[in-house]
Amino acid sequence: MSLVQYSAPSTLAEALQALAGGAANRPLAGGTDLLVQVKLGLRDPQHIVDLKRIPELTALTLDDNGLRLGAAVPGAIVTTNREIARIYPGFTEALGLIGSSQVQGRCSAGGNLCNASPAADCVPALIVNRATCHIAGLGGERTVAAEDFTTGPGTHCLEDGEILVSLELPRPAPRTADAYLRMIPRTEMDIAIVGAGVALTLDESGVCTDARVAIGAVAPTALLVPGAAAALIGTTLDEDSLRNAGYAASGAAVPITDKRGTADYRRKVVGVLVRRAAAIARSRIEQPT
Amino acid sequence: MNDSVKTDFKYVGTRPVRPDGPDKVTGRAKYGADLNLPGMLHAHYVRSPYAHAVIKSIDFSEALKLPGVIATMTGEDLPEPGDKLMQGAEIEMKLSDMAPVVMARGRAMFHGHPVAAVAATSASLAAEAAALVRVEYEVLPHVIDMHAALEDDAPLLHADLITTGLDPAPTVPSNLSVDLALEMGDVDLGFADADVVVERTYSVPMCHQGYIEPHAAIASADETGRVEIWCCTQGPFMVRNFTSQLTGIEPGKIKVTASEIGGGFGGKTTVYIEPVAAVLALKSGRPVKVVLSREEVFRATGPVSCSETRVRIGAKKDGTLTAIDIDIVMDSGCYSSSSIMPATMFGAACYRCENQRSRGREVLTNKPRVWAYRAPGAPQSIMAVECAVNELAEELGIDPVDFRLHNAVEEGDIPVFGLPFQAIGYKKALQAAKEHPHYQAPLGPGQGRGLASAFWINSGQQSSATINIALDGAINVLTGNPDIGGSRASMALLAAEVFGVPVETVHPTVADTDSVGYCDGTGGSRTTLATGGAVIQAAEKLVLELRHRAAAIWGVDLDEVEWVDGKAVARTTGDLENLMDAGAAVQLENREMSLVELAETSGATGGPLSAVASLHAHNSAPAFAINICDAAVDRETGKVDITRFTCIQDAGKAVHPAYVEGQMQGGAVQGIGWALNEEYLYDENGVLENPGFLDYRMPVASDLPMIDTVIIEEPNPLHPYGIRGVGEVPICPPMPAVATAVNRAAGTALYDLPLSPPKLLAAIDRAVE
Repeated sequence: MSLVQYSAPSTLAEALQALAGGAANRPLAGGTDLLVQVKLGLRDPQHIVDLKRIPELTALTLDDNGLRLGAAVPGAIVTTNREIARIYPGFTEALGLIGSSQVQGRCSAGGNLCNASPAADCVPALIVNRATCHIAGLGGERTVAAEDFTTGPGTHCLEDGEILVSLELPRPAPRTADAYLRMIPRTEMDIAIVGAGVALTLDESGVCTDARVAIGAVAPTALLVPGAAAALIGTTLDEDSLRNAGYAASGAAVPITDKRGTADYRRKVVGVLVRRAAAIARSRIEQPT
Repeated sequence: MNDSVKTDFKYVGTRPVRPDGPDKVTGRAKYGADLNLPGMLHAHYVRSPYAHAVIKSIDFSEALKLPGVIATMTGEDLPEPGDKLMQGAEIEMKLSDMAPVVMARGRAMFHGHPVAAVAATSASLAAEAAALVRVEYEVLPHVIDMHAALEDDAPLLHADLITTGLDPAPTVPSNLSVDLALEMGDVDLGFADADVVVERTYSVPMCHQGYIEPHAAIASADETGRVEIWCCTQGPFMVRNFTSQLTGIEPGKIKVTASEIGGGFGGKTTVYIEPVAAVLALKSGRPVKVVLSREEVFRATGPVSCSETRVRIGAKKDGTLTAIDIDIVMDSGCYSSSSIMPATMFGAACYRCENQRSRGREVLTNKPRVWAYRAPGAPQSIMAVECAVNELAEELGIDPVDFRLHNAVEEGDIPVFGLPFQAIGYKKALQAAKEHPHYQAPLGPGQGRGLASAFWINSGQQSSATINIALDGAINVLTGNPDIGGSRASMALLAAEVFGVPVETVHPTVADTDSVGYCDGTGGSRTTLATGGAVIQAAEKLVLELRHRAAAIWGVDLDEVEWVDGKAVARTTGDLENLMDAGAAVQLENREMSLVELAETSGATGGPLSAVASLHAHNSAPAFAINICDAAVDRETGKVDITRFTCIQDAGKAVHPAYVEGQMQGGAVQGIGWALNEEYLYDENGVLENPGFLDYRMPVASDLPMIDTVIIEEPNPLHPYGIRGVGEVPICPPMPAVATAVNRAAGTALYDLPLSPPKLLAAIDRAVE
């Protein structure tokens, strides 16, 4: 480790200046990935730029337009907000799955996106909630859909010097709910072998009018699966439709075999989790808490 | 029962707060890495990037150019080990199999093998310097899988390795280091007599003890060559002996102080870093600290043998066993040291069966040399036998507890390893299992239940204790056994019992090797039995001395003075007949002196109250344990939930029952982890893929139900307080109990552990097809 500089600017403009000049300058939010990677010798940053003093990155607003979440807002702030949990239960649960209670005090949805792990828990949940990512750079601002943010394992669409500032989740339509499930061999402190997020909208008669399905840990990035959504839309979410959504998800998956699980296993189980997550989302609409 | 075994206790069997508790929960306790010394250097290892390679040269010149890099070390800095046997090792092993584990000698035998070390003024500088050390390797073919290592064309790990245990000995070298067999009766005849025979092969993966505290040590040397070592170990005297033999420093010149210890489970009954710290301290003239990272602990300390066991068991229709045949193969890593002997001997020790055969083979591979883990060797073979017994009982339609009761060993039986059983609590434990509410409870949908029993031999070995009584009657108990599982509390209770004083007045200390007599390590389930035995003896010597003092003060004979509840009491006073003659009322004036009063006056009655006892304990007795496990299986994902788990164990006298229960629960959890998800995963280059707790999946607290415990107390007839060992047998029954429960829940016959979700789901799908 040869870190030579640490800074904690209080404005976005200062942070962008500090980060300009190459990949050796690393932004820091909660540090729950970066510090571990530095300790393991996987990264050797020269200049760490702490983003937690920048208002845009730590702000959280929830209103009729939806949720605007600063990229460095800690998981615990989100998961303990009952209103967020009521409107986005699946996203809240997914974010709450990251790490331990101690890690929750630091980790953030924005960090989870930027770390760009294919198994990131809150990314499928962001995708099904139609989240957009607000990005700032010295050259200006831009937005990207959550499903287009990561480009591969450990890589994303940010240019050197750009910062993910915030995430915006639109307010869901009436009778909409989401759910996220992951498969780990234990109950916590683990990384998803398979993840599945589903968001559904039902009409008054129980027919699905809109659906989003996203899957994690079964491809180089989390995948939006329109085919799985199509299997649900227009149905009453009967057992066959749920199964068909699962098959579509399994068909879309392009998993690998690694130390955490086999490709066959991931392909099979992603379908199971999509089916189960859809059933949970439906029950949340029909029996709101 | 032997009358000399005490059964009536006042303090033993109670549950006082442990003496080391406050220091541990407040963070005051000092662990291995907590000591720092002025002028201290930090060492960092250079490790092999290859699973097998000749080390052609090591060049420190670039590293030494960094200011602050003070000393370097290679395998050449340790003396040539020769053919000597290690002194003080629990199992017979050669120094030449030990020295290269500490530092490679000419060849790197596994990925992560220490090849060199550098000491520098800071840890980060030492790491930087280690990266600058140029090592030239000639890469050799490697072998990771133990079956592949037995193939004729396998890379040979040691050109001179001739299998031991075979007669005649083979003439050509191989990777088969040990091949041994035990037999009694006529196994072929036994199978011919059987109505039902079960035959199956069981595999258990390589795992790690997973102690929470990585190895840490600091060594310093003075100008006369005396070396002091502070380290996290299960045995400071073992560290002194092993370090001496490995470095050539005389044992009398080494003083070892054990820090508090964050777990060992057998993994800290040897040395890795202590000789390196000592050599670098001698070379640099400065204290040298070595702290391993978690990754280094996983890659390059002693994990636990994987095994494959073929079992064949036959029984009559009424359930009577007629023959047991076990054939176990274990992987020892790159040097011989596996627990093949106990694995071969103890797999079927729970069963009375006159026809038994057991073969054990140890194989060498390019992995770290394995080391002990609670009841070393037994879990692997017991896993196989118990699963087969469950299958046999099921096939015969006999309840698994009744089947075991029918075939259980008892006092007088002679097992295949030849040591006749004395009084044992196995049948009582089986009865308790049968009557336990868990065993009676109905299973939920999708659940399965498994039961397994287990035996472990337990050890005795050498121990010492010193007791000093302060002027206020406070009792200081010194032993040389690091406190892993509550041994300070046990030592305090045993001393309190002998002296008849409240346990809070006893202060147990884990002393350094200069301050107390020799103690073998805290391991082998021996500390409460053997070191506790020394404490009892030293305390009894002092009670005798206290009676002498009181007798002298009162001017009476020794046998007129009793020791009752912490006091010397004169049995009678005056001459009874004279008093009768005088017609006076009989006055039995009770003369008493408390321990405090005797201690206060000790300076005037003969000097300090102090006693030492040393012993070689040959009075250990085996332990038996039974586990009942309920498991639920998600048939679509292969995920297992352990829904209920009960441990029943014959502990002999449970000195501090809470810590006996802690041992039972800890062993259960470790066994559950080994059965479900823990395993060493190697890639094709022989590199461990999961050297951390994220991907080496030990259970976390939320994975488990409360582990229920039942202690059976069948006193050890050979021990004055009836104590048996308790620490090891708890890890023996969980794997077969879990495997049986899971297979019953899933409708599978998967006996290739771990039962991780991908493997179990594939088995479920195969069973459905």
